[in-house]
Amino acid sequence: MAYLFEMHLLSASYGTITVLKDIDFKVSENDFIGVIGPNGGGKTTLLKIILGLLKPVKGEIVFNKELLSANRIGYLPQISTGDINYPVTVTDIILSGLMIGKGIISRMTQSDRKKAAEVINELGLSAMAGATINELSGGQMQRVFLGRAIIGDPKLLLLDEPGNFVDTTFENDFYEKLRALNKRMAILMVSHDVGTISAHIKSFACVNRSLHYHASNAITNEDLLAYGCPIQVISHGDIPHTVLKHHK
Amino acid sequence: MEPDIFQYDFIIKGILGAIFASITAGLAGTYVVSKRMVFLSGGITHASFGGIGIGYFIGINPVVGAAVFGILSALGVEYLSVKQKIREDSAIGILWAFGMAIGIIFIYLTPGYTPNLMSYLFGSILTVTNADLIALGLMSVILILYFGIFYRTILYISFDEVFARTYSTYVDIFKYITTSLIALTIVLNIRMAGVVLVISLLTIPPNIAMLFTKVYFKIVLWSILAGFIGTATGYVISYFAGIPVGATIIFTLVVIWVIAKGLSQLLLKFKIEKL
Repeated sequence: MAYLFEMHLLSASYGTITVLKDIDFKVSENDFIGVIGPNGGGKTTLLKIILGLLKPVKGEIVFNKELLSANRIGYLPQISTGDINYPVTVTDIILSGLMIGKGIISRMTQSDRKKAAEVINELGLSAMAGATINELSGGQMQRVFLGRAIIGDPKLLLLDEPGNFVDTTFENDFYEKLRALNKRMAILMVSHDVGTISAHIKSFACVNRSLHYHASNAITNEDLLAYGCPIQVISHGDIPHTVLKHHK
Repeated sequence: MEPDIFQYDFIIKGILGAIFASITAGLAGTYVVSKRMVFLSGGITHASFGGIGIGYFIGINPVVGAAVFGILSALGVEYLSVKQKIREDSAIGILWAFGMAIGIIFIYLTPGYTPNLMSYLFGSILTVTNADLIALGLMSVILILYFGIFYRTILYISFDEVFARTYSTYVDIFKYITTSLIALTIVLNIRMAGVVLVISLLTIPPNIAMLFTKVYFKIVLWSILAGFIGTATGYVISYFAGIPVGATIIFTLVVIWVIAKGLSQLLLKFKIEKL
């Protein structure tokens, strides 16, 4: 598999506080990596580095320019970044995913609108195309922001805590959608909910100032402890429960 | 036949003033209301009074002083809240009162009688000069071009700044330009409605429009229409009733808003589709 980007001994900080230290990390085509770790461990900072919103203070991130020019990264932020009462329609939000590379005088072409209609249809939002976001349910809202992230046919999709605005009825549907998307793009998904995502991802990256990559989707509390990732594994079977110890 | 010439001038000024005020206030107001910048805009308005005072004192056009103060206070709030980590609403509160204080001090220090002070506080069409009208007309053209050409860029930055930063390096420049244009719009409309009342000229029309549509550019169009009806009607009423024009315009706009609110409830009740 061709790599999409590589980080070499990368460190990031806010002022004097070092958030990420000496990270070596590589993401390749068709990866589906769950990024886990405690709050404040640097998960979102990692995404900011990849998006170019934050410059590393040390080390570097090298992009595979053939596969990953700037418009080839899709981004689904935590819901709090957009104002959900803003007077903007579903179609307009999804079209904003095409702003990359358009410059400041941005007209949407006929083919842009057609593309938006396709994405809206693919995500099952056709009935809501002209609605504003505050008329949508949490699950529909999430699909709209997912639509904005994927309309540009990215090679890499970054998801920041997508579980935050899920209504549980849509959750499976959502991960099913991600599985389908993973056939044409690599996915990096930040989450604190290890139990829920482990069934859907291919591998883990534990981020807590340092980064440990775990090349399978099964992870135990012992692994997490060894990686310095002090979070609980919670299993969601018929009854959600905390896995205190690996047991039969 | 002097009264006729006077009346003619008065009517022309009224019509042009109403058109330009509703265009500028509709465009700037929709942005202000959508982005929840009403309090910031109130701060800009009152801080600009400092410029009016200094303008009187050093003998330049007070509107120029107000424009400088308006833009500086808008950028000052951004600077204090982002760079100096002062809470934004506190920063607004400080500059709001500081501008008023400066204005009062310098007007007090200005030798002689200052006859137009009340017109700046509460607005008066009688003191609107041709230069004021030309400035407001130019501002209308600038705003129409600016929002027309950069519609999506402005819309998306104001809706979701964090996401906009992932594809654009122009986010801050656009924020500063838009905020400065809004400060200028406010200052130029002070002649019409006055420091105390002008903020309503920006906020009431979009709120009338939002009762019927939630699509940004439709809100702009309906705001301009609602603003024009309110301003023109208020103007006529103030003329015949002999009451202050700024206050009458705001009063008329609120009455329209109340009627529109009732109408939208009726539409909702009979499940009539949105306009």
